[in-house]
Amino acid sequence: MKALNTKTPYFFIAPALLLLGLFSLFPIVVALVISFTDISLESLGDWSSIRFVGLENYLEVFKDPIFMKSLFNTLFYVIIGVPLVIICSLAIALLINFGKARIFRAFRVIFYMPSITNVVAVAVVWSYLYNPQLGLFNYVLNFLHLPSVPWLTDPTMSKVSLIALAVWRGVGVNMIIFLAALQGIPKTYYEAAQLDGATNWKQLTKITIPLLRYAIFFVSITTMIGWLQFFEEPLVMTKGGPLDSTTSVALFIYRNGFQLSNFGYAAAGSFILFIAIIVITLLQFRLQKKEVDY
Amino acid sequence: METMKLNSVKAKPQRKSSVKARRTNRMQQWITGIILALGGFLISIPFIWMILSAFKPEMEVMQIPPTFLPKEFTLENFVNLFENMNFTIYLRNTIIVVLCSFVGLFLNAMAGYAFAKYKFKGREKLFYLVLATMMIPGQVTMIPVYLILNQLHLTNTMAGIVLPGLVGAFSIFLFRQFMSTIPDELLEAARLDGASEFRLFLQIILPISKPILAVQGILTFIAGWNSFLWPLIIANDENLYTLSVGLSLLKGQYGGNFALQMAGSTFMVVPIVIIFMLFQKHIIEGYTISGMK
Repeated sequence: MKALNTKTPYFFIAPALLLLGLFSLFPIVVALVISFTDISLESLGDWSSIRFVGLENYLEVFKDPIFMKSLFNTLFYVIIGVPLVIICSLAIALLINFGKARIFRAFRVIFYMPSITNVVAVAVVWSYLYNPQLGLFNYVLNFLHLPSVPWLTDPTMSKVSLIALAVWRGVGVNMIIFLAALQGIPKTYYEAAQLDGATNWKQLTKITIPLLRYAIFFVSITTMIGWLQFFEEPLVMTKGGPLDSTTSVALFIYRNGFQLSNFGYAAAGSFILFIAIIVITLLQFRLQKKEVDY
Repeated sequence: METMKLNSVKAKPQRKSSVKARRTNRMQQWITGIILALGGFLISIPFIWMILSAFKPEMEVMQIPPTFLPKEFTLENFVNLFENMNFTIYLRNTIIVVLCSFVGLFLNAMAGYAFAKYKFKGREKLFYLVLATMMIPGQVTMIPVYLILNQLHLTNTMAGIVLPGLVGAFSIFLFRQFMSTIPDELLEAARLDGASEFRLFLQIILPISKPILAVQGILTFIAGWNSFLWPLIIANDENLYTLSVGLSLLKGQYGGNFALQMAGSTFMVVPIVIIFMLFQKHIIEGYTISGMK
């Protein structure tokens, strides 16, 4: 390689790295520091009024009934939502992959569409569909002589309704990942199995699913991380209501930070979420390793 | 076609069962197609209902039972959005955000290029640092970034809205992956001709990187058009609202006017759907190819 001006590469990476440093890495440090202080809106004008409070925010947040509720809700979203997304996207990917005609390519587009559309627009549309009097869903139910469902007004049902919306949005991307993985499986495996007279079901359970293990692992990790941060759907659709039954941890942090301006308190909450995400991800890696050992 | 031929060749000894097998096979194909078509229809219901309702007058939307097709086709809702609801300003701001995010795309490409094609001190470490930023949840950085922007006097400005999301680690990563496949000889030749490093990047690297630029460009457009969180946090002034923030405001203020809301949503969703339809091959294929490497 020709001797280059050694500054050149740094000139190329500098703008991006500066921005990432300022808006991604440095904020972590800031978040950690302010989570031990009582910083709020008033102290922004006068930095000397900020008090160091030690672990008080962390202790306080675990006593906060709304935080505990948001923790429960987030677990509810994750435990129901993540398996649903994985199963639906895998099933759709398998069906599309099974089809031989060209038309099956069109299905990719249709199922992918919800994931590129704006979350606010989508939440607005679904709020209309969920509307108890004028909504399409209840109309269809009544038309079939079934009782109306309190989609967004019942504490448990409202969580389920938000999950339905998020699953609808989440299937597309994961389906594409599964399709890519499916196309990577050598055709010869199936040809050999067919010669041996293996049924479609046998081929699915003995060849396809085992070979998709890495893709399933990848999708479950990313989906899990995403759902632990469940935020925009409850923010736009329910604002956390009714009675905080849809408030997620992320929404709790947002509310404490930007509506109540308890920055320190919110930062403590965000660190708890961060640690939870890291622990759960590491746990999944552990489990995956064990499986490989077999 | 090919597999069909193959099958018939293989199954020659037992012709009868092969005919039967082919028939069940065709049946299975049809059933799969029908299941997917039904699923696709169910998935599309929110879109269909949104578009249909956007062209109904407010009175018709309030009717029970609802009409399927608009009985009285109207553009009044859209006119209303732009004449009485500030959607012109929201649209202008959204376009500014999109244009700025293309600057960010350029910065990502620059960084990706340097990581791919230069050897320099700390390259590996810096690149891992970039990748590490992908794992930081948005909720952790949200509050500190707001405080930082406030300290820089950038709250309630366009710069404050755009800067936090301008560059992205994943995009840098994809650019690096693509650009490391460009042969070094090409660059050497241009250097011998006396091209400066920056011109090399502009006139050789970028044109070669068209496929990845196309994918990233479309994704950047979609992300910019949909940008919601930072405008919501940073903008106090309606003059800085983007379409999605404006739409959520509309939902709060005109909660009962569903036709108006559907018109707003249609205006946000349909351009993206059209762009997606036009470029879906690039997005789906390019995204998976570059992403799974």
